[in-house]
Amino acid sequence: MNQRPPISRRNLLLGTAAAFGVPAILAGCGSGNPAPAPGGSAGSKLGTVTIGSNASDEIPKKSLETVVKGFTQATTRINTVDHNTFQENINRYLRGTPDDVFTWFAGYRMQFFAEQGLAVDISDVWQEIGGNYTQAFKDQSTGVDGKQYFVPFTYYPWAVFYRKSLWQEKGYEPPATLDELTALAKKMKADGLIPIAFADKDGWPAMGTFDILNLRTNGYDFHISLMGGKESWTDPRVKQVFDTWRGLMEYHQPAALGRTWQEAGQSLAQKKTGMYLLGMFVAQQFPEADRDDLDFFTFPEINPAYGTDSIDAPIDGYMISAKAKNVEGAKALLKHFAQPSSQDIATKLDPGTLAASSKADTSGYSALQKRGAELVSKATHIAQFLDRDTRPDFASTVMIPSLQSFVSKPNEIDSLLASIEKQKANIFR
Amino acid sequence: MAVKTRRYSARDVTILVIGLGVAIAVNVSVIWGPTLASIGLSGTGWNGIGPIEWIGGQNYHDLAAEYPPFWSAVRNNVLWLGFLGLVATPFGLFCAVLLDRRLRMSRFYQSALYMPVVLSLAVVGFIAQLVYSSDYGVLNAVTGLNVDWLGDRAINIWVVMIAAGWRHVGYVMIIYLAGLKAVDPALKEAAAIDGANERQAFFRVVFPTLRPVNVIVLVITVIEALRAFDIVYAINKGRNGLELLSVLVTENIVGEASRIGFGSAIAVILLVISMGFIVAYLSQMFREER
Repeated sequence: MNQRPPISRRNLLLGTAAAFGVPAILAGCGSGNPAPAPGGSAGSKLGTVTIGSNASDEIPKKSLETVVKGFTQATTRINTVDHNTFQENINRYLRGTPDDVFTWFAGYRMQFFAEQGLAVDISDVWQEIGGNYTQAFKDQSTGVDGKQYFVPFTYYPWAVFYRKSLWQEKGYEPPATLDELTALAKKMKADGLIPIAFADKDGWPAMGTFDILNLRTNGYDFHISLMGGKESWTDPRVKQVFDTWRGLMEYHQPAALGRTWQEAGQSLAQKKTGMYLLGMFVAQQFPEADRDDLDFFTFPEINPAYGTDSIDAPIDGYMISAKAKNVEGAKALLKHFAQPSSQDIATKLDPGTLAASSKADTSGYSALQKRGAELVSKATHIAQFLDRDTRPDFASTVMIPSLQSFVSKPNEIDSLLASIEKQKANIFR
Repeated sequence: MAVKTRRYSARDVTILVIGLGVAIAVNVSVIWGPTLASIGLSGTGWNGIGPIEWIGGQNYHDLAAEYPPFWSAVRNNVLWLGFLGLVATPFGLFCAVLLDRRLRMSRFYQSALYMPVVLSLAVVGFIAQLVYSSDYGVLNAVTGLNVDWLGDRAINIWVVMIAAGWRHVGYVMIIYLAGLKAVDPALKEAAAIDGANERQAFFRVVFPTLRPVNVIVLVITVIEALRAFDIVYAINKGRNGLELLSVLVTENIVGEASRIGFGSAIAVILLVISMGFIVAYLSQMFREER
């Protein structure tokens, strides 16, 4: 299990808890357990830097510890908090007694907190590390005021995953357009497969489908503007997205609202379903031996004006809290995180991620990682996923129930969009 | 009659201040303070960080008119109360009455029924998922059905209530069983001698003597219905047909969302509903005392 879209983690935990009948998981989350300094010599000149980490799973945790071990300019202390708890408490955390450096997400989610004055401007750090990143990554690290607040560390792309062996056996080819996708789905259905694996019990996976359909239909700029609350949800362009989705619904795995992404991933691994639009972390559901059989293609073109120029590829990284006690040390640590060599360590330990730095050494990548890096390098625009591209309150209290309602009643688009628009007006006021 | 002025010694006053003062301070700081703060915040739009802005009844209008999960949650809370009160509780009483008759293996039944009570509702939620999951759940596997028990919003609340009821029945049963054991057997004998049949003896004689137990069970049932949270949260975070007021409050306030004003408005609605029951219960109690 490695790191993933924010919300998945809890489910992972719940899933594990259910499997083993562990009762206290809800109560058990949280509580920072300060780990003793994994690195840093006693004579460090920059004192102690504390790191607030949400890497509570084994692999990301080990990966962070290993990376920090290589940082010798200051003593470090990592406070690990359960991934989801960290995220839910971020407001209180940043206003209370935060650590110097903390893990967070790029894009709107970063800007939201930077705007509230809860993060330190690190433009000076960027002058030094800027050469390590492409413009797209720099944009995602920049606040609305044009200053940088975030250092990208790793990321993972969303794409349509499938099993090579199954596709070879049946003679399927990755589709390049929506029509080809529909034709392929029809063929799979005739072959007795469920064409598109789908799960939305947790509420967030359907956001990935919405994102990609909107990016393909209306382009990146409209998508970001819609996420920013600047467009109307009753716009015919948005309706078009849901219409397209409704057309594909008959090829989606039924009963999606009772299924977790892990279960849908299993169905792909067991060759019951033909393809699955998800983040690269879907590989977790594949036994080690089958991972080389996993491949993907980017979601096909819908509107030729935009082709396949955008994808969702959420970036994880680090920021400095406004209340940091050791800003100098924190900045030095961020520079360390920006080093290609640091990110190489992380991607080696955690094969579900890619290094954010364009100078990172990709020779150690698995076949899947290499394909992922290639996919992202071809994309002109990188979106961060719906719940990272818009206000957190809008994503969780409006979009999750609304998308679930669409999944259960795909025909009621007009009333749904009217309802989203009204709620949006209440939140973005 | 001469007016007597009572004089308190310094010691009396000290004791009074400490005795009453502490109680009042605790009461105000942990009960009335937060309650009034919630009511106050419910009239504001606050995200937990920026300035607090007064927007009057806007939140109430938004949630009643434009927030679909709200009515779903109200409906579910009412269903929950109805189900526990009218189905699970009477069934618990029924089990208690049967067990009180010293059936063979009654100890075994008693333990079996009581077992779920030691589980937290969150765990019951995990178990429910193992039973109801459409892909790997026991229920579909055994019956050969292909129903999306937890995902279909027309049925999921019912199957979840059954899981919650599973635990509630045991809880109610054990309380009634204790109550029944305490009923004087002479009463039943007397009723039998007077020619009452079993049913009459139970409803006319035994059940009325259980009155104090009934009150406790009623209170427990109402509390369980209003505080229901963990089971739906464990299943799907209380979304898609499993909305409850308590979940919406948490979702809006505690999560990253931080719609504190809006969430407080939902909390106030929950408070008003709870107050209805509390007032009804207390006025009943005071009337009896008189």
